[in-house]
Amino acid sequence: MSYRIPMGPFHPGLEEPYKLEMICTGETVTDAKLHIGFNFRGIEHLAETRNYIQVIALMERVCGICSNIHTLTLCQAMERLTNLTPPPRAQYIRVIVAELERLHSHVLWAGIAAKLMGFKTMFMTCFEIREKVMDVLQAISGNRVNYAMNRIGGVNRDIEDPASILKMLEALEREMLRTIIPIFTTSTTARSRCAGVGVLTAAKAASVGVVGPMARASGLSQDLRRAAPYAAYEEMEFDVPVQTEGDVRARLLVRALEIMESCKILRQALGKLPPGEIFVPVEKYAFITGTATSRAEAPRGEVMYSVSWREGSRNPARVHVRTPTYANMPAVRWMVQGARLADTPLIQASIDPCYSCTDR
Amino acid sequence: MKLWKRLMCTCRRRSPWLFHMNSGSCNGCDIEFVAALTPRYDAEQLGVLLQGSPRHADILCVTGPVTRKAADAIKTVYAQAPGPKAVVAIGSCPATTNVFIESRTLEGPLGRHIPVDVFVPGCPPRPDAILQGVAKAAAILAERADHPPAAAPVIKPDAVEVQR
Ligand code: SF4
Repeated sequence: MSYRIPMGPFHPGLEEPYKLEMICTGETVTDAKLHIGFNFRGIEHLAETRNYIQVIALMERVCGICSNIHTLTLCQAMERLTNLTPPPRAQYIRVIVAELERLHSHVLWAGIAAKLMGFKTMFMTCFEIREKVMDVLQAISGNRVNYAMNRIGGVNRDIEDPASILKMLEALEREMLRTIIPIFTTSTTARSRCAGVGVLTAAKAASVGVVGPMARASGLSQDLRRAAPYAAYEEMEFDVPVQTEGDVRARLLVRALEIMESCKILRQALGKLPPGEIFVPVEKYAFITGTATSRAEAPRGEVMYSVSWREGSRNPARVHVRTPTYANMPAVRWMVQGARLADTPLIQASIDPCYSCTDR
Repeated sequence: MKLWKRLMCTCRRRSPWLFHMNSGSCNGCDIEFVAALTPRYDAEQLGVLLQGSPRHADILCVTGPVTRKAADAIKTVYAQAPGPKAVVAIGSCPATTNVFIESRTLEGPLGRHIPVDVFVPGCPPRPDAILQGVAKAAAILAERADHPPAAAPVIKPDAVEVQR
């Protein structure tokens, strides 16, 4: 006999409000339904009523975890519409903030995954290490969450003392190498809870169109930083970690390895930081009529912005956002089929969902 | 009897249990709230414990500008929490709906739906500010324990009505 188990919208296992309805036979899940929309704030419509400065502050609040990547992508699209190219120093600073954001997002995810595995100590450790990343971000931008770093044609704040940031980074990397990486890659607790759970095969991953670490954990090597470099990624050297198993453990490994790659990119970017201006000084932004799209690799996968403008207008005509969780969410259905009920919170968390991005 | 009451007040002040509710926030306030519970800021030094059910909670911590879909759920959760209870609104969103002002899918600010005791402003507020807000709410809760039925909000909901 099959029965339904509703979970949410306000549930201790969920960070954000959404509703998951599972259809089970005994302990085994046969199907799942997802209800979203609790975070729908109508941001895309609101963006049409805001001018080119306000819209940046608004889009930053699409998501508090990956706030920088939203403004970065939006600014890139607006730069295409105003024909501005940010100076090289700005491009480097953009890479640095984007990679720090990836670091804190992956460590945050590791903490939440550890909590769902029942590994509370690891959760606390991850958050303690995350605070160190936040310190670096605070030293650069002055804020802990919404950094307000990007503007049309550059960035708002300079990194005046890269050497001191580099020192903080080294301490951070040591900490990661000492605790998070070995525990997640070798500990038996993590392995027994994650290996073979929530498998998404490469064929299925390609057909549902997953992006980011989800795709890389299923053997699809795709990374916009490599495939379509933006900002200063062309000048960075890094690997794109790929795993082929497609289970939760593979996602864990991909993210753990990405943390190391991010540190590598950060070290290069801070070391090579070119001198010069940090933004293009402009009296008045002259937007042209048209639509510009821009893509970037957020911690969770590809983000795309499509911005339309009419010449002479202060407000955008349309801002369309496509977020990575929106692409990854349908995969949950195939991942939970046949899984045990107790594993479902971990499986759905393994896509690193962000519903405030998805609903907007 | 008086001694018993005093003891209860102290107990409530020293060990408030929290329930966290996201009413459509951008996640910024939520991660800062979680950060406030973890070792660097360590909310447990105030006797604070995060609970999974509103029925076990003394203080409701609400983030977000209250979306239409979440508005009813918030009232239900508020009704489920046993009295005496206090509400902390974390962030600028529940206070004024912040950057999302004039959105047609919002039913905020929070003061329109449930009485709020402490506002923690900021977008997002720092974890230390959140802790201070929780400590303040705990003090309010202790006083309120003396007169459970008339749990009047310290800040009246209409006082935060946004001027449009
Ligand atoms: S106050 Fe700011 S950080 Fe908090 S939920 Fe609102 S927009 Fe996000």
